[in-house]
Amino acid sequence: MQVTLADIKRGEKGIITDVSSIHIPLKLLEMGCLPGNSVELVQVAPFADPMYLNINGSHLAIRKETAIHILIEISNG
Amino acid sequence: MGKQINVALIGNPNTGKTSVFNALTGLNQKVGNYPGITVEKKEGICKLPRGVKAHIIDLPGTYSLNASSLDENVVIELLLNKNDKDFPDVAVVISDVENLKRNLLLFTQIKDLEIPSILVINMADRMAYKGISLDIPYLEKQLETKIALISTRKNQGVKELKELIANYKDLSVKPCLNASEIDVEYFNNLRETFPNQLLYKLWLVITQDVNFGKTDRNEIDAVANFKTKSKSDLKRLQQKETIKRYQFINDTLKKGQKIDLSTAKDIRIKLDRVLTHKVWGYLIFGVILLTIFQAIYDWSSIPMDFIDSLFASLSEWTKNALPAGAFTNLIAEGIIPGLGGIVIFIPQIAFLFLFISILEESGYMSRVVFLMDRIMRRFGLSGKSVVPLISGTACAIPAIMATRNIESWKERLITILVTPFTTCSARLPVYLIIIALVIPEGRILGLSYQALTLMLLYLIGFGTAILSAYILNKVLKIKSKTFFVVEMPNYKLPMFKNVALTVLEKTKSFVFGAGKIILAISVVLWFLASYGPGENFNNAETIITNEYASQNLSDDELQQHIASYKLEHSFIGITGRAIEPVISPLGYDWKIGIAIVSSFAAREVFVGTLATIYSVGSDEEETIKNRMAGEINPILGGPLFNFASGISLLLFYAFAMQCMSTLAIVKRETNTWKWPILQLVIMSSFAYIVALIAYQLLK
Repeated sequence: MQVTLADIKRGEKGIITDVSSIHIPLKLLEMGCLPGNSVELVQVAPFADPMYLNINGSHLAIRKETAIHILIEISNG
Repeated sequence: MGKQINVALIGNPNTGKTSVFNALTGLNQKVGNYPGITVEKKEGICKLPRGVKAHIIDLPGTYSLNASSLDENVVIELLLNKNDKDFPDVAVVISDVENLKRNLLLFTQIKDLEIPSILVINMADRMAYKGISLDIPYLEKQLETKIALISTRKNQGVKELKELIANYKDLSVKPCLNASEIDVEYFNNLRETFPNQLLYKLWLVITQDVNFGKTDRNEIDAVANFKTKSKSDLKRLQQKETIKRYQFINDTLKKGQKIDLSTAKDIRIKLDRVLTHKVWGYLIFGVILLTIFQAIYDWSSIPMDFIDSLFASLSEWTKNALPAGAFTNLIAEGIIPGLGGIVIFIPQIAFLFLFISILEESGYMSRVVFLMDRIMRRFGLSGKSVVPLISGTACAIPAIMATRNIESWKERLITILVTPFTTCSARLPVYLIIIALVIPEGRILGLSYQALTLMLLYLIGFGTAILSAYILNKVLKIKSKTFFVVEMPNYKLPMFKNVALTVLEKTKSFVFGAGKIILAISVVLWFLASYGPGENFNNAETIITNEYASQNLSDDELQQHIASYKLEHSFIGITGRAIEPVISPLGYDWKIGIAIVSSFAAREVFVGTLATIYSVGSDEEETIKNRMAGEINPILGGPLFNFASGISLLLFYAFAMQCMSTLAIVKRETNTWKWPILQLVIMSSFAYIVALIAYQLLK
């Protein structure tokens, strides 16, 4: 199932399938947010924003407005 | 003996780069600024085996060689400029054993610049704990480098690293992958156009929006004009480059690194479940904030009282020990109280930086950013604005410098503009003395009125900051890409050495930075108050002696009258008289006016000025306070410092932009006079209006 990273639930894991390079800063790509890499939601702040993620072993927080530009495939629930 | 070896420490943030720097240099380090910008430059000397010395420079943390901030710019500028005196003979790239994959991205880029490089894998003591094992010889071969496994916490591997640095000439300068494969035609074309330049260097120059330094300028302009691709095409190529590098890193680590998850332990998840929790997270943050405030305002009062009395007696002693005269007065009444006014803030500043560096070292600060982002965003700020706003309670200067990691220019600008509203420690002496004068003693629910007033002033400061951020967010029409990425590093026990060095360093820079201004002002002030033009000033003694001849005053009283008469006709007194019409609607007399004008440079000067003006010899607060309590309002009669004028003064200081150093920093950080001038005009006129309304309503 293909969804955006903004739709991932806590504890869910996925694989990044596409990253919109116009909207996503290079810095985030360099931190490992690239197609093919794994992603997991660790924790969300109130109102589900920002999101605390484990991307490819890197732990980072991004805002929902950024997450909607990252497509993922959920691999397990 | 040969020349010193130039070593540059480079690495991602949170890799313990500073620990490595501290381990190599110890106390042989100094912190300055890069010329013209406020980016910190840390350098030190390290003794290597066989009497060789290394000059170590700790570059700002960066995730890659693609700069997105001023701090990161420094890294690229240095690495691209062979003529810089700090250009490294050897680059020491620091990585964290838990984040090797991401850290290696920067390493492969530096290898492409063909600078001899050593890879440091830090926090090696955590390998077993994390179930990680590494095939070092394999990694060294693939990465074309030498690896130093070190643990600064356990003090392991530092000796081996020094050995590697000393033998830097043996290091390979071969890149570990060929990044130009991402677009063969484009890169071949580039190589043919600039045959004498390093390909990767050319690529960096083309893709960066960097202001390169003076050297190599023409050459770089020529390269930068080589725009055969559009911006978005270039960005796509950069993305391809990143993917390419990660492919190489993944392949390398697949063989060179084994992670046994069954033996790996992680306290991160457990701690984060509580510390970033919707309820507990905020509660814990609140408790931590309260503790910090308690420490700053309660615990530090003991050393502060001590320093206060120490300088008072030093001044007294100087007066008695040196022969009487203008020079002695300058020292005893100008310089020593001036120095005292600086030194007295050391305990507070030290406590604040102690807490901030513990919070940062432990990794907790990122959690605060995460928790606060959504709330702060409503006001046009970022979660990252929390750190400056908290630091602002010590001093706006480091706070404004701490806004650098806010990615969005609009959010950063708003944070810079509102931070001076937070109650900095320089306002504290002003608040304390006025509260003591005008707020009655007494308690409600066990809390003293005076303490509650102080707390209220803090809340007013913070509230105004937030509110004006909200307004600025609506008013400022700045389009800036808002993106927000914050790394959530693993929790670590803060290392004593790092914390101690940070506190030492920050305190030192406060004392010598802000201190210079305060000292200069107090000397100028002393001069202006001690000399005056014309007959009235010069003949003060005769005039007063004649005037009071019939009243049989004691010698002391007579001296006091002479002193205040002199002051009234000194340069400063004349200035004060001139501005009196402007400030009398606020309930102030010319003496307060002088204190306000002189404290424009730095708020804490206010109390010192009043101390000088009220011609009190000793520095004891009690006596200043009594003198102030005895002042009579020249127009209305009655005590000058009453409830109405006191509240008016408190509010004036809460809002007015009374700090030259802050304005200077804002100018440097925003690169224009527009914002500091706007800040000065708006904050100060707002302060004037609020103080005016308060006084007129309450009198």
